[in-house]
Amino acid sequence: MARHWGRAGRYALLTVTAVVVGFPIYITVVNSLLTPQQIAHRPPTLFPLHPQWGAFGQAFTSGHLGLYLRNSAVVTVAITVAALVTSVLAAYAFTFVAFPFRRALFFVCLATLMVPMEATLIPNRQTIGAFGWYNTFPALIVPFMASGVGVFLLRQAFMQLPRELHDAATLDGYGHLRFLLRVVVPLNRPIIAAFGVYAFLTSWNQYLWPLIATDSNNVRTVQIGLRQLESLSIDQINVIFAGTLLAAMPIFVLLLAFQKQLVRGLTAGAVKG
Amino acid sequence: MSDADLAPGTAALGEVAAGASEGAASGHRWLGRTLREAAVGYLFVLPAMAVFAVFVFYPLLRTFWLGLFRVAPYPTIPSKFVGLSQYRSVLTSHDFFASLGDTVEFVLLTVPIGIVLGLALAAMADARIRGIRFFRTIYSSTVATSVAVVSVIFFTLLNPTVGLFSYWLGIEGGNGILQSNTWALPAVATVTVWQNIGFTFILMSAALQAIPEELLEAARIDGAGGRSRFWRVTLPLLSPTVFFAAVVGIIASFEAFGQIDLLTQGGPDNHTNVLVYYLYTSFQNNDFGKASVLAAALFVILLAVTLVQFRFLERRVFYG
Repeated sequence: MARHWGRAGRYALLTVTAVVVGFPIYITVVNSLLTPQQIAHRPPTLFPLHPQWGAFGQAFTSGHLGLYLRNSAVVTVAITVAALVTSVLAAYAFTFVAFPFRRALFFVCLATLMVPMEATLIPNRQTIGAFGWYNTFPALIVPFMASGVGVFLLRQAFMQLPRELHDAATLDGYGHLRFLLRVVVPLNRPIIAAFGVYAFLTSWNQYLWPLIATDSNNVRTVQIGLRQLESLSIDQINVIFAGTLLAAMPIFVLLLAFQKQLVRGLTAGAVKG
Repeated sequence: MSDADLAPGTAALGEVAAGASEGAASGHRWLGRTLREAAVGYLFVLPAMAVFAVFVFYPLLRTFWLGLFRVAPYPTIPSKFVGLSQYRSVLTSHDFFASLGDTVEFVLLTVPIGIVLGLALAAMADARIRGIRFFRTIYSSTVATSVAVVSVIFFTLLNPTVGLFSYWLGIEGGNGILQSNTWALPAVATVTVWQNIGFTFILMSAALQAIPEELLEAARIDGAGGRSRFWRVTLPLLSPTVFFAAVVGIIASFEAFGQIDLLTQGGPDNHTNVLVYYLYTSFQNNDFGKASVLAAALFVILLAVTLVQFRFLERRVFYG
């Protein structure tokens, strides 16, 4: 009997918590489909019987979401590709190439994990000013083209490859570049994908640095665009909700398409085995 | 680092001996190969190292350096070298302690609750029952949101005149919760906990699934009930993950900025003026010296948190 009660109780608990956790996103979807008058109406509308799609269009016109989304896409794709390339190369060298100070340089990479981005904010703002990069894409991209997390994760994975593989490839006359591209990368596709998803997610969601490094809408990312959106008046409240959904959409799609890689990327290093 | 990791280097050393005994010609060949190998190594690590040098290590040192200069109130006057006195004045000021207090309170309001909730959800959803995938998807969904997305949603729902949550709290038309000295920080903390639930849930679920079935089965055969299995078997095995979540959570909460900027701007009356927001406003006021001192302090605090946690906590954590 306790078992039956247990199962019903578990479903009840699961449902209640799912409602609590899911509610903010649910109500955002609902409100993006209502008119401002309907949103202000009491008792509140919790289900959109006559969905209005106009708020999404307005998010693009009065909220400039199209421009912001494009800027975010440019910055995020550039960072992800660059971080993947630099991390794969460095991790490969730390695993398969012999050179003086290899160990020391690897620890230098690890040390970057201990430096919070906020601690370097002010000089970095000055640096991009000196480079003439203020309000440009390079300011948003270049500082993140390398990742200590990436080097660490990929090196961990590359070290799992059997040593004989490298010996055999060398005997076959493979140079480093060929061994890297034909053997190491294909065999490590899952972890490389996991890091790629992680890099995409973190750079898409960046907030403080893009706020400091830009003040022009022409390069501002969608997260900063939301800051502008937040200040819309309450008779455009539905546009605010629609805009947040549009800003989150790419990551929702990514989550659905790459669930496994995302989980692996997020939990790497935390769970043994 | 394992010995195997150094194998290529060791092999090269073996060749030194061989090369030396076989004469100068092959010694040259060996030297050429070693140099070429080293060149490849440096070439491969160069891009990452260059970025780290310019955008991580140089600015970190420069932050400490800039803290030694007091910025003049007028932009035309150059800043003045004041040595450590600016560190002393900023780090002993009332504003700094108030900000540090807000930050610590924020950490305490977010991290333990976040971990307990994430763990509870993961434990509840760790069952092979019908429809569980649906629940798991909802619990992990907040991972797809960003600080800005979540903050703007809650800011709007907490709007004092039309916000749904204000209506439910019975304060619609009055003072908003984000304008309350008492409730602003807990509200920002709640928003943060909600945003992090997805991540903590995913983390804890992965750890739960990694627990060998046989261990729980053995405990069951030994007569351990569900509750005692959780406390005596599951939780000790989860401790490395809980530890990791604690470190990551504390660091993230110390770095909180976006939710403050979008929800309260440090207000009301500085009650949510956490360190990074304080740093940001000092920076916006062109007080680079003060902002640098705060940045340096943040770095030292986070470094200490990481080191202390690794030293003390790790010993009590079970690594199977």
